[in-house]
Amino acid sequence: MKNIIAFVLSVALGVLMVLSLTNNDWFAQFGYADLTDRVSQSYIDKSVTGTPGEIIFGVTSNPEDGAANIVTSIVVDYRSFDTLGEVTVLFISALGVALLLSSEDKNKRLQLNFKPNFMLRVGSRALFSIILMTGVYVILHGHLTPGGGFPGGTMIASSILLLYLADDQFRAKVKGFKLLEGVAGSFYVVIGLLGLLVASYFLQNFLPTGTVGDLFSAGIIPIVYILIGLKVGSEIAGIIDNFLTEEEVSL
Amino acid sequence: MTLTDIIMAVVSVLLLGIAFMAVSSKKLIKGVIFLSALSMLSVVSYVLMKAPDVALTEAVIGSGMVTALFVFTLLSIDKGATK
Amino acid sequence: MIQYAAIILIVFGLYGLLSNHNIVKMIISLNIIEIGLNIFIISVGFVYDGIAPILTSTNSSSALLYVDPLPQALVLTAIVIGVGTTALGLALAKKIHSKYGTFELDEMGDNE
Repeated sequence: MKNIIAFVLSVALGVLMVLSLTNNDWFAQFGYADLTDRVSQSYIDKSVTGTPGEIIFGVTSNPEDGAANIVTSIVVDYRSFDTLGEVTVLFISALGVALLLSSEDKNKRLQLNFKPNFMLRVGSRALFSIILMTGVYVILHGHLTPGGGFPGGTMIASSILLLYLADDQFRAKVKGFKLLEGVAGSFYVVIGLLGLLVASYFLQNFLPTGTVGDLFSAGIIPIVYILIGLKVGSEIAGIIDNFLTEEEVSL
Repeated sequence: MTLTDIIMAVVSVLLLGIAFMAVSSKKLIKGVIFLSALSMLSVVSYVLMKAPDVALTEAVIGSGMVTALFVFTLLSIDKGATK
Repeated sequence: MIQYAAIILIVFGLYGLLSNHNIVKMIISLNIIEIGLNIFIISVGFVYDGIAPILTSTNSSSALLYVDPLPQALVLTAIVIGVGTTALGLALAKKIHSKYGTFELDEMGDNE
């Protein structure tokens, strides 16, 4: 009986959503969206507070926001307050996992019934350094190529997950991770307050933005992405460590 | 019907098939594996719709983090059975 | 088309959430809803002959036809928040299993 009610409710919701797609006053047809009606056109032309003209890669110098990756300029510069909210939500979820799953200081690893052998334990250290380098590269070039702080930080956490899986007795330094996470998060808010003191509003891009396409360009965007990458990486590494340890069971 | 439309239709049919098998499977570990395959197909559809940032983020998170967390939770049941 | 497939994914996930008795199956259905929602949001901003929104040395001008970059920024945030929600839900499921010994909702509740 409960299954039939659930089925009817779900199908009703699906029919409502499909019917709202076919009324083409509010929804453009799939693939024929007109960008000049939307606010995204001023994000592409970088003309939110002025009209600089056409932006050309490698030639235009000191535009309003110097990132070559337009999605990065939206996430870190034009809508940077939403990124601050997202970092807060990640922090709350890592805090919840740590409250639920950790106890005193002297935990040990979860005892399973398979043991990795010597080749796996030693050979995974080489792979760990390659994954770490890829993560750092993706974070640093976030304003020129796709990527940025969030996938780069998760790659750093994946390298630590590899070390946990390949060795039976490995435990990372959890206290160092928690200290790094707190410091990186507070520096993000400090940079925002600096924008309020030096220039006119919270989280403004107050450093000079160079030529579009250089490595040292786009103001505070690389600095913010480095802080976000460190924070996300250490949070997810802390979550993995909480999942794989247990208390000392005294029999 | 260009080539992009044909590939999008094939990916849509595969998405629906794998989602149906993930919701109605009896063992838990099969559901987790089908969820990981669903995440990989969604990365293909993000690349078809010209969104490289989103595809990179979903590839790293969907295959590395979510699957690993599910497997760690399911491992702690077997531990109680073998004691 | 992909928009209809994304809506049917949301319907599958909602049916799985309402009619399962196992906590881990409920969290799997929640993740299916999130995947379908993200595909739908990005499909709103797709233009048929547009290119990816990055200025490179071959596509070097801002006057070409680009795909809409604003839904991609919103989905980037939504994916990371989904990971946070899943991690907290799985930690709760692990604590429930260590207290009651089962994942099924019908076999719990022997204390009151």
